[in-house]
Amino acid sequence: MELNISKYTYINQLFASVNGKKLVVTGAPEKGKFLTALYRKLNVEYPKFFKMDTLSKLGFLASELIFENGKQRFIPREDGVIICFNRSSSLETDILFQSSLEPGNFFPSPSVFVYTLPNIVAGEIAIRNKFLGETSFYISEKFNPEQIFSAVDIAFQNNKTNFVLASWVESFELSCEVFMLLVEKKTGKDAIPFSIKCITELFNNEHLYG
Amino acid sequence: MIIRIGDNIISSLGFTTKENYQAVKSGQTGLRFYGSCLDLPEPLRASFIDKERLNDCFAAICKHPGNYTPLEQAAILSASQAAEEFGIDLSDPRVLFFFSSTKGNVYLLNEKESGFSRNHIYLWHTARVVAGYFHNPNTPVVVSNACISGAAAQIAALRELEAGRGDYAVVTGVDLLSKFVASGFQSLKALSTEVCRPFDVARSGLNLGEAAATLIYKRAPAGDKEDIVLLQGAIRNDANHISGPSKTGEGSFLALKAILENTAAAGDLAFINAHGTATSYNDRMESIAITRAGLNTAPVNSLKGYFGHTLGAAGVLESIISMQALRDGVVLPAYGFENGEQEYPLKVARTISPAEKSHFVKTLSGFGGCNAALLFKKKNGAEY
Repeated sequence: MELNISKYTYINQLFASVNGKKLVVTGAPEKGKFLTALYRKLNVEYPKFFKMDTLSKLGFLASELIFENGKQRFIPREDGVIICFNRSSSLETDILFQSSLEPGNFFPSPSVFVYTLPNIVAGEIAIRNKFLGETSFYISEKFNPEQIFSAVDIAFQNNKTNFVLASWVESFELSCEVFMLLVEKKTGKDAIPFSIKCITELFNNEHLYG
Repeated sequence: MIIRIGDNIISSLGFTTKENYQAVKSGQTGLRFYGSCLDLPEPLRASFIDKERLNDCFAAICKHPGNYTPLEQAAILSASQAAEEFGIDLSDPRVLFFFSSTKGNVYLLNEKESGFSRNHIYLWHTARVVAGYFHNPNTPVVVSNACISGAAAQIAALRELEAGRGDYAVVTGVDLLSKFVASGFQSLKALSTEVCRPFDVARSGLNLGEAAATLIYKRAPAGDKEDIVLLQGAIRNDANHISGPSKTGEGSFLALKAILENTAAAGDLAFINAHGTATSYNDRMESIAITRAGLNTAPVNSLKGYFGHTLGAAGVLESIISMQALRDGVVLPAYGFENGEQEYPLKVARTISPAEKSHFVKTLSGFGGCNAALLFKKKNGAEY
């Protein structure tokens, strides 16, 4: 089956791009404020964004960039699959939650606890867009193009799948990045073929030089 | 379709599938009340693996048990015992590993001097330690889909084997209890200090439990032995709320619909083994989903009253117990259930009863709005 990458995006703490083109994000001179500045730039009204942990913010923003101006969303549909990958699961939020369990300073917060699962980011994207299809999260030691290719390829073996949103989304210690691909069956003139080589190249272009 | 060729459960009710199944069948529960445990400020009702027995059993198969955390020991012991039934060599490159755990060694975050390297906090590392124990050369697949992980790992195994990427799949689910997990569920007010009562009108919350469970599958065709196969699996999202189930049971309903499409299995269900956590919202949601799927004439049970919610192990453990029941020709009762709700009545099993039919459905739901459904079948004569 011919599969194409119809759109891709990359975001880290300082930089965002869509289809390899850097976005101009104003009002974000300081590190740590970039994701909020990007949210403002997108001009979407979604206050839940501010309750999310960084992992979910990254996934949410990337999916907004992917589906910006798209007609594919907000109507309940089952033909899209969301697949996410990362290295560190939800460890960033895990450590935050663990810090609220100290003897003598025991104040576990349910709103933090719910983010101690990595697949919440996939749920956030599904909720925002009304995607009722499969959501899956896999953990791997490092960005693994073969694994991403394989999971997307298998998702399309179900003939009801019309698109797959695949992402590497990581937020822990020095890493903070999301690389998201929209993969579809339909072919266009300028479409990028979906292959291990392309996934690797697109990621490296952004991750290494972004 | 993939074929079950081995399994094991390590839980509060025993260290083999047989011990666990017999305990369930005779109506035992592993859930106990603890006035204080895990350094929690509130009491807890939960089920724990006997750590001394785990130590002894693991020391009998491993010369350096100190290199492994209790969670890794339980997973390795479980996979090792599951492999014995079919005599499969887990170092074979045709064997793929699938690992399901919600929190892995999260307890290490609380320990300043655990003696374990920092890598043990990563799920991919824990999975690698387990597969590495058996000298398996493949990188294990690690799923992390909240409480449906044990089903998601079986679905991943089904897909990989059907795609011909391996001949055997070892699917291990494991979670142990920690202050982290228990206080999180306590903060959500999701726990009951009584034994949980799935689907009962008076249910008041869930109990947590520890387990490691392993299923080993083989790619078709089936052998001559009596076999149970995993036919279908589906995951669907509610697209509704990250921590609350859908009021219409959307994702669970769609997952059920997906696994029963193009089959006559809906009319041949011995039972549905539901998630049935005994929280008010979950069980209501499942009742709606099962009713919407037109399956409310099938017997329904939940195993949470025997084991508690074993999180990443639940999908594997509950599939194994249900396979045993299907093979045994019985529907197991939902421990703790007395009176159902009026609004979406289900045929929840109160007592053990014979089951003539050949299929069962396993459902699970989890945070992030995810829902899974699996369809299993027992072999009848020379089928497939």
